[in-house]
Amino acid sequence: MKFLFLAYFLTVALLSTFLFQDQDKELKESIDRGRDIYTDFCIACHMANGEGVEKTFPPLAQSDYLLKKREESIRGIKYGQQGEIVVNGVTYNNTMAPMGLYDEEIADVMNYILNSWGNKSNKIVTPEEVSAIIKK
Amino acid sequence: MKNSILMIFIALIFLNSSCAQKSDNEVNTPEKNPFTAELIIDELQIPWGFTFLPDGSMLITEKSGELIHYKDGNKNTVGNSPAIYARGQGGLLDIVLHPDYKNNGWIYISYASEEGGDKGGNTAIIRAKFDGNGLTNKELLYKGEPNTTGGNHFGSRIAFDDKGYLFFSIGDRGERDVNPQDITRDGGKIYRLNADGSIPSDNPFVNTNGAKTAIYSYGHRNPQGLAMNPETGEIWNNEHGPQGGDEINIIQKGKNYGWPVITYGINYSGTPITDKTEMEGMEQPLHYWVPSIAPSGMAFVTSDKYPEWKGNLLIGSLKFQYLERLELKGNKVVYREKVMPDLGRVRDVRQGPDGFIYVAVEGKGIYKLAPKN
Repeated sequence: MKFLFLAYFLTVALLSTFLFQDQDKELKESIDRGRDIYTDFCIACHMANGEGVEKTFPPLAQSDYLLKKREESIRGIKYGQQGEIVVNGVTYNNTMAPMGLYDEEIADVMNYILNSWGNKSNKIVTPEEVSAIIKK
Repeated sequence: MKNSILMIFIALIFLNSSCAQKSDNEVNTPEKNPFTAELIIDELQIPWGFTFLPDGSMLITEKSGELIHYKDGNKNTVGNSPAIYARGQGGLLDIVLHPDYKNNGWIYISYASEEGGDKGGNTAIIRAKFDGNGLTNKELLYKGEPNTTGGNHFGSRIAFDDKGYLFFSIGDRGERDVNPQDITRDGGKIYRLNADGSIPSDNPFVNTNGAKTAIYSYGHRNPQGLAMNPETGEIWNNEHGPQGGDEINIIQKGKNYGWPVITYGINYSGTPITDKTEMEGMEQPLHYWVPSIAPSGMAFVTSDKYPEWKGNLLIGSLKFQYLERLELKGNKVVYREKVMPDLGRVRDVRQGPDGFIYVAVEGKGIYKLAPKN
């Protein structure tokens, strides 16, 4: 009986380690792909360290909007963003065109910006999550 | 005593001359503007370009793909507009009338297009006519190759010179080490065509083996401003540099403008691209901006509506959200000023046939600069 318990706990522990590793690996790969997307589509306005441009382009680094409004952020990338938004207490009123990215690419770039420049998000953005977000 | 006066005098001269050298790279903000900005067309998203038809109505390109006919206060969508590749900076881009539009009816449009075999898109130029509802007689004049899924640097601006040649720009498509210095490839170029799309027989590379013969100049990054200097008949451009190093150039036949071998800019990450800002066989810009202003459309002021601005150059700043006015002395920028500070991301500026200046601002619309009397 003791042996069974031990075996059970060991199996669970091993399985979960592998599973988490798998998820970590998945996230890491997505972040790597997201970095390329960021360099191609985002960097000219949001800048290399996600600092944005004062008064014109909101920051992504340590951005309360990005970190707290996950769905709105994905929607903004997917369908474009227009009108006033408040980021870290500063109001921005500009237009970001929809970038024409595939759902996979949006998930990748979200994972990159959610895990860069001091940002941290444990929950991976998946293409399915992106696909489920509809235009408002 | 005499000596100290002399010293002060010398110091003053030194101060003056050092200021004079710096002045072209400092932007001034005037306390009062000699005009009011009237929003004449509202609710536009990204109005990339616009032009005026002889009846006073306007055609406006929205980057998202909609071509708008604005007449008598109403916006109508123009039918049969080109199918665009909406990705990154690509979309429906510039629009310009033929100089003799009244007689021939040709309209020139640039856009990101998926035409061709490869996946992705590249810049295309068409001409077409407008029957009041939609485009007709569409002809593809040029299509950059190859298509790629890169989202950057489609160029797009179109301008005619006083000899009737059609100039347009395609940016480096984000492949700076492959395209701009290679005249057998598209991208990072200014092109020259006859108005019907054929290649002028005296284009610089017509006899160069393998060259894209529409190329007029090369070594550009992403030119998004193009206009003829009405005094000289030359085509001027402005182009986005990397971080720092946006430029104004006078476009000359067959010349190499250096990107990415020489530049005043650096990578967005802060690392250098090259340690060279000049090299033999490569042109120096007439002006460069550090930091970058992200220059968009450009126009020369020729009308009498703004007497103090005559001969000046107007350029939009996407990054700092103002219209920049540049005073020129020959081929030198001698004074820079923020016109309409904090107005928004200025995408394009044109002088209308009525002599007034019109400015397209993202998320807002089109403004007319009405002089105050």
